[in-house]
Amino acid sequence: MTTTVLTDTVPVPAGDPAPSGRLRLVLARLTAARGVLVGAAIVLLLFLLAFLGPYLTPWDYATPNYTAIRQPPSAEHWFGTNGIGQDVFAQTVRGLQKSLVIGLLVALFSTVLASLVGACAGYFGGWTDRALMFLVDLMLIFPSFLIIAIVSPKLRGTGWLAFVLLLGLFNWMITARVVRSMTLSLKEREFVRAASFMGVRPFRIILRHILPNVSSFLIIDATITVGGAVMSEAALSYFGFGVRAPDVSLGTLLAAGTGDAPVFPWLFYFAAALLVLFVLAVNLIGDGLRDALDPTADAGRPARTARRPRRRNP
Amino acid sequence: MTPAPVTPAPPLTEPPFTEPLLAVRDLRVDFGPAPAVRGVDLELHRGETLGIVGESGSGKSVTALAVLGLLPGTARIGGSVRLEGRELVGLPGRELARIHGRKVAMVFQDPLSAFTPVYRIGDQIAEALRIHQPLDRAAARGRAAELLDLVGIPAPGRALDSFPHEFSGGMRQRAMIAMAIANDPDILLADEPTTALDVTIQAQVLEVLRTAQRETGAALVLVSHDLGVIAGMADRVAVMYAGRVVETAPVDDLFARPRHPYTLGLIGAAPRLDGRGGPLVPIPGNPPAPGEGGPGCPFAPRCPLAEGRCRTAEPPLAGAGAHLAACVRADELAERGPAPSEVYPVPELPAPADPGPREGRAQVLAVTGLTKTFPQLKGAVFKRKVGEVYAVDGVDLDIRRGETLGLVGESGSGKSTTLYELLRLAAPQAGRIELLGQDTARLDPAAAHRLRGRLQIVFQDPMASLDPRMPVGDIVAEPLHAQAVPREEAARRVPALLRQVGLEAAHADRYPHQFSGGQRQRISIARALAVRPDLLVLDEPVSALDVSIQAGVLNLLQRLKAELGLAYLFVSHDLSVIRHLADRVSVMYLGRTVETGAVAEVFERPRHPYTRALLSAVPLPDPAAERARTKVLLAGDPPSPTVRRQGCRFRARCPVYAALDAGRRTRCEQEEPQAAEAAPGVDHTAACHHPEGR
Repeated sequence: MTTTVLTDTVPVPAGDPAPSGRLRLVLARLTAARGVLVGAAIVLLLFLLAFLGPYLTPWDYATPNYTAIRQPPSAEHWFGTNGIGQDVFAQTVRGLQKSLVIGLLVALFSTVLASLVGACAGYFGGWTDRALMFLVDLMLIFPSFLIIAIVSPKLRGTGWLAFVLLLGLFNWMITARVVRSMTLSLKEREFVRAASFMGVRPFRIILRHILPNVSSFLIIDATITVGGAVMSEAALSYFGFGVRAPDVSLGTLLAAGTGDAPVFPWLFYFAAALLVLFVLAVNLIGDGLRDALDPTADAGRPARTARRPRRRNP
Repeated sequence: MTPAPVTPAPPLTEPPFTEPLLAVRDLRVDFGPAPAVRGVDLELHRGETLGIVGESGSGKSVTALAVLGLLPGTARIGGSVRLEGRELVGLPGRELARIHGRKVAMVFQDPLSAFTPVYRIGDQIAEALRIHQPLDRAAARGRAAELLDLVGIPAPGRALDSFPHEFSGGMRQRAMIAMAIANDPDILLADEPTTALDVTIQAQVLEVLRTAQRETGAALVLVSHDLGVIAGMADRVAVMYAGRVVETAPVDDLFARPRHPYTLGLIGAAPRLDGRGGPLVPIPGNPPAPGEGGPGCPFAPRCPLAEGRCRTAEPPLAGAGAHLAACVRADELAERGPAPSEVYPVPELPAPADPGPREGRAQVLAVTGLTKTFPQLKGAVFKRKVGEVYAVDGVDLDIRRGETLGLVGESGSGKSTTLYELLRLAAPQAGRIELLGQDTARLDPAAAHRLRGRLQIVFQDPMASLDPRMPVGDIVAEPLHAQAVPREEAARRVPALLRQVGLEAAHADRYPHQFSGGQRQRISIARALAVRPDLLVLDEPVSALDVSIQAGVLNLLQRLKAELGLAYLFVSHDLSVIRHLADRVSVMYLGRTVETGAVAEVFERPRHPYTRALLSAVPLPDPAAERARTKVLLAGDPPSPTVRRQGCRFRARCPVYAALDAGRRTRCEQEEPQAAEAAPGVDHTAACHHPEGR
């Protein structure tokens, strides 16, 4: 980068508070919102439960206890046991470990990918747009389930991270299309033009102007993806890809417990409740983040200023 | 209250002692908790023109709509509106509909949305006729053609079968007026009828309104924010502020001896085309939002004459004769008759340092023969070129250091295209752009990036040009970051920049939506100034602002120019603003520069017939001067830029060409006029074969 430091002749009186900048303002608004704090606390507790839980119980998630089969919750087996006598609590916390990480990472990965591809396609237009949209269309018509099925045996041994990437890779296309169309209309707005006339580099414009202005949509989309990823992981696991027995995830537990729910509710409801709690907490965080990023939202505003937006000439 | 010594108003403007046609008493409108109109009294007599003037949010449009009963269902209306003694408030919709069109007709601001796009113009006018009159289809059609002819639409027979989108803005507004007078109404309500139009078209439409009024004998209520339009059209004027009428008087009396400080301020804040009027006097502060403000006079917080009693009770509209004002010090103002600058604090503008002779100064921008055409494409999949739009076709600009060039032209004249071509910093299609001594065609990316730091732009719409999700501090610092100024350095300069444009350093942590229009435009200016540019491009920077706010921004621009020695390229359709701010002016018509020169030269001795027509079309906020002027009305609309004409492109509308004999016309038809100096050594050129004077 060129180092054209401009000589400053504007006298700067000392003792002026430097402007806080967007990041700090958003953080201030974020921490002022109660929903975010509650959501973050729940997610934190869930992580604690997932990773400390195995040490709280003497039972192992895989080892069957043939003396206790389909036991309802008791002091010994807190969440009861399943058909072959495995401890449901141990299984649930083991599953939670997987699902928390898979849900959050898939949502993050696919949203970041979608927003970058969509914003670049929309902002640069021309051949970039055509190439990226061709890729999106190609990915959309690929039967993703089939491809994951074919690829995942090859990835055996690489662990869950490859699985997260695969799930994310087949989950971003529609979001990218929406982001692209939003970018197309944002690109014509004067503040984006102003930035480009000022010499702000294109990627910086995308990061500083375009993505914050589509953030409401991205956040909602990401929170939905969290729940969706956990469930689609379950669907894949059901067919034997992804998480394999005796390993478990919340998804496999739910899939296995659905049929037994009316008779042996503990096989289903503990896992379901944790998943609902997880998605709910993510939603709370998402809502707070959206309000913090949108200065016109009422919630999360630290203090209402007296000045109101004036009506433009009708 | 002692009656003030009133100078007798001219007898013409004295309202006749008859039953008023329309009497509005204590009209109150509120939407939810906030009142929009708070007790308006108006009277309208047969055949007169009442002008309602006020800034945005003053309740003028709501008043007009309430009279018609066209407000949305959420509005609560109180008070009384009597049309020939008949109460309209509370009348059921069916009864009101019978009155609409027949007795009261409306001309809306936006003629595009006032017509249904899928029906032909003729059918829509005929529909209006047949609702109220027992006419058969053929007779209604005939009458519609007559009406279109009356409002000056060429070939009315053919125009009947046109769809609204086929008409230009001026034509649509004429058709709208034709529809409004179709049933010979007693009252014509025009809500900002010319705000969306260019000045030459505005002059045409105002003329049509006068004709329509003369033909039908209707009384006209003209709602406008433009003091010039009001001065030229109205017999009586009501000035509205914060939902109330604060002053009402015959038009001459109002402009000559305003009795309310707000009226005085409005007159002082408007820049004048004739160059008189001294420095602009901004009214401090902002109008109150609906529902805001204490028990006192709503103008008191902005009023330099406010006293203790102003803040305790709202003064009633009072006075002697026809001149009423809602101010406790109205008599004093009437007696003293001060100039706006004697009442309002006039900001001190530093005298610009004498930059020396023009030739000796460095050239900031030099454009010669700039051309930009857009292809017209057809087809969905395989786009083929069917023609070209000649948006810019021969523009010359020349700006020296410390100089303001005003770029004037109507919509479609290629002003914006010219700007974007300049800001692209790339090789133009044809012609040459030289910015700060560098030819843009030969810039490498790094040099172009450096050059961007020396050229900044301020956009028209202060809402759209600031990122709503970015705090003001980040917005102002953005060009600094773009030019790789260290972060701490940028953060240190933001408070100084904000103060420089009249804002506070603490505003840096707020978001754009927390500011008013004028303040937002100041933020835009601060952002542009951050990198200390040499040239500031101002694209209609004040046209979205109210007059009283606009004055403050214009003064700021003048101050900055004097302090920082900036050069401005100031694009505007408002000639009064150009006259006030610019040193030199360049007039564009259909993508081409037609006249250039020093402001005083061009405005006082215009040589190109188009410039003359433009200047005469701008209404002056001075009724006496406005009446005394001779007007050059241009016929028709600007022709389509898709055809490149041989010869002079203005000749179809040119009054000079029309008056020439056949022999001298040939030159206009065949030879494209080149810019020629008025006299050697005089900074004034015109591209015309038959220029005026000298």
